Amino acid sequence: MATLTKPKVNIKNHANTEQKSITETAATTKQNMNKKIVYDTKDLNLWYGETHALKDINLSIYEKEVTAIIGPSGCGKSTYLKTLNRMVELVPSVKTSGVITYKDKSILDKSFKVEDLRTRVGMVFQKPNPFPKSIYDNIAYGPKIHGIRNKKILDEIVEKSLRGASIWDEVKDRLKENAYGLSGGQQQRICIARCLAIEPDVILMDEPTSALDPKSTLRVEELIQELKKDYSIVIVTHNMQQAARISDRTAFFLNGEVVEYDETDTIFTNPADSRTEDYISGRFG
Amino acid sequence: MKYVDTNQVQKNMNSRLLKNNVLKSVFFLATIFGLIVLAVLIIRVIMQGASWINMDFLTNKLSTSPDRAGIMGAILGTFWLMVVVIPVTLILGVGTAIYLELYARKGRFQSFVQTNIANLAGVPSIVYGILGMTIFVRALDFGNVVLAGGLTMSLLVLPIIIVAAQESIRAVPQHLSEASYGMGATKWQTVKNIILPAALPGILTGSILSLSRAIGETAPLVVIGIPALLIPFPGGIMDRFTVLPMQIYYWTIDSSLVEEYANLAAATIIVLLVLLFLLNATAIVIRNKFQKRY
Ligand SMILES: Nc1ncnc2c1ncn2[C@@H]1O[C@H](COP(=O)(O)OP(=O)(O)O)[C@@H](O)[C@H]1O
Ligand SMILES: [Mg+2]
Repeated sequence: MATLTKPKVNIKNHANTEQKSITETAATTKQNMNKKIVYDTKDLNLWYGETHALKDINLSIYEKEVTAIIGPSGCGKSTYLKTLNRMVELVPSVKTSGVITYKDKSILDKSFKVEDLRTRVGMVFQKPNPFPKSIYDNIAYGPKIHGIRNKKILDEIVEKSLRGASIWDEVKDRLKENAYGLSGGQQQRICIARCLAIEPDVILMDEPTSALDPKSTLRVEELIQELKKDYSIVIVTHNMQQAARISDRTAFFLNGEVVEYDETDTIFTNPADSRTEDYISGRFG
Repeated sequence: MKYVDTNQVQKNMNSRLLKNNVLKSVFFLATIFGLIVLAVLIIRVIMQGASWINMDFLTNKLSTSPDRAGIMGAILGTFWLMVVVIPVTLILGVGTAIYLELYARKGRFQSFVQTNIANLAGVPSIVYGILGMTIFVRALDFGNVVLAGGLTMSLLVLPIIIVAAQESIRAVPQHLSEASYGMGATKWQTVKNIILPAALPGILTGSILSLSRAIGETAPLVVIGIPALLIPFPGGIMDRFTVLPMQIYYWTIDSSLVEEYANLAAATIIVLLVLLFLLNATAIVIRNKFQKRY
């Protein structure tokens, strides 16, 4: 963790803010002491064939926090997120080096079972992607594939998950209807509920509101605030206001590298790197 | 000065419009030509055969006497042939498609197999007949029974079913399987619960269309050897058999001997066409009913 915060001081180039930043870093480090790390990424590199998509990523993700990943499109945000549950391996040309530990287990080892990982780490995608099944079957899908057959238990999981995603009241009378009949915002909350049904520890979200209207976006953001109490959340967003509103910690990615990673307040009010400042003030991306 | 000279444009206008109309007529006639030929064929067949279709014709055994001859044997033969072809092609065809689309690494082997499947789809049907003759009738010594004919027909339609199933599988949006994998499902769970149900309408449509090809095909069966006058009904897949198009073929070539055989052939064509029409209609219904809902 110490190695995590140090380079930030080194790369900073705002002489006038240096003093302040160092003290802040010290404060941050102290605060982090009593936060548990769920994911620890060390020197992660990833290639799609010849494309070097992630370069020397070092990042720690903390328990029961919302960690936002921001950066211009094509900078590797989705790739990093998909590495955390190894979905990135669905692309055959992918090669990685480095280590990611999830609760002290090294997940990039070929011997580590991805199915196991993905039961503890749920994912919500950019475009709402419910299955062409009933609302009930969408939510029950995860528990079923993990062997739960008991109808009563499934009923309970479905209700609990839908409540957890604060969509129970809207759909409780139409559980047997196809999920495609719902609005985009509702579909996305169904997808979040579906993800809660496997009772994960971590939820990865890849621009979960980019296909939604402002009102649905707000509901999902409120939901994320709720979920934070029980889950660790990593969210990719291209919406900086969103990152500022909902996240505790923000990582700024650029061209496959982590330029800066710090508490969200610091990133948005007092970034250490001029590129971060340029980005959040809308000068590029 | 303007580049587009209005006078010049006016002068050319008529010939341009003329050319346009002439070509429009040419294309229209090309379309009509096909329709007319089809209509003539159908009208001729109906005039020749419709009056010969009755319950007796549909349920009687074959006979040399046109008045007593019926096509029940051929109908049953076609039925038993399907009993062999449907499971064999579905299992092998869909299995191959699943493997190629979802399991095989994209590489030399995969593209080699893919190319050959495409080539096989273009092999003339008589070649399949020779293959079936060599393998099923002689080497495996089944004789010219339903099983041999059915397996031969299966080879013939297999490439078509594989390609159709592959296309349907490929059409299942990736975000659905990603959602499933994302929840810790194994490949097989994802295939069984998500990909196959979504691909099923397409697979069924493709299968039905290729089955209608198998029902109408004669060349491979000619090679295998189908008796011209088979009286007993086939009762299972190890019996000798004939099928509707074979019966049409034999009656047509014998119509120089007995004139009424031409009418029997026409009547059988009507039955076969109705059967194929029903199959294709089913395929269309399935396709429309399950049209992309994602
Ligand atoms: N499936 C893929 N195959 C090859 N290159 C890819 C693939 N997915 C992403 N990339 C490349 O990796 C880089 C990072 O992409 P991505 O992680 O999707 O960026 P972001 O989510 O930040 O927009 C881009 O240069 C992109 O072109
Ligand atoms: Mg992305």
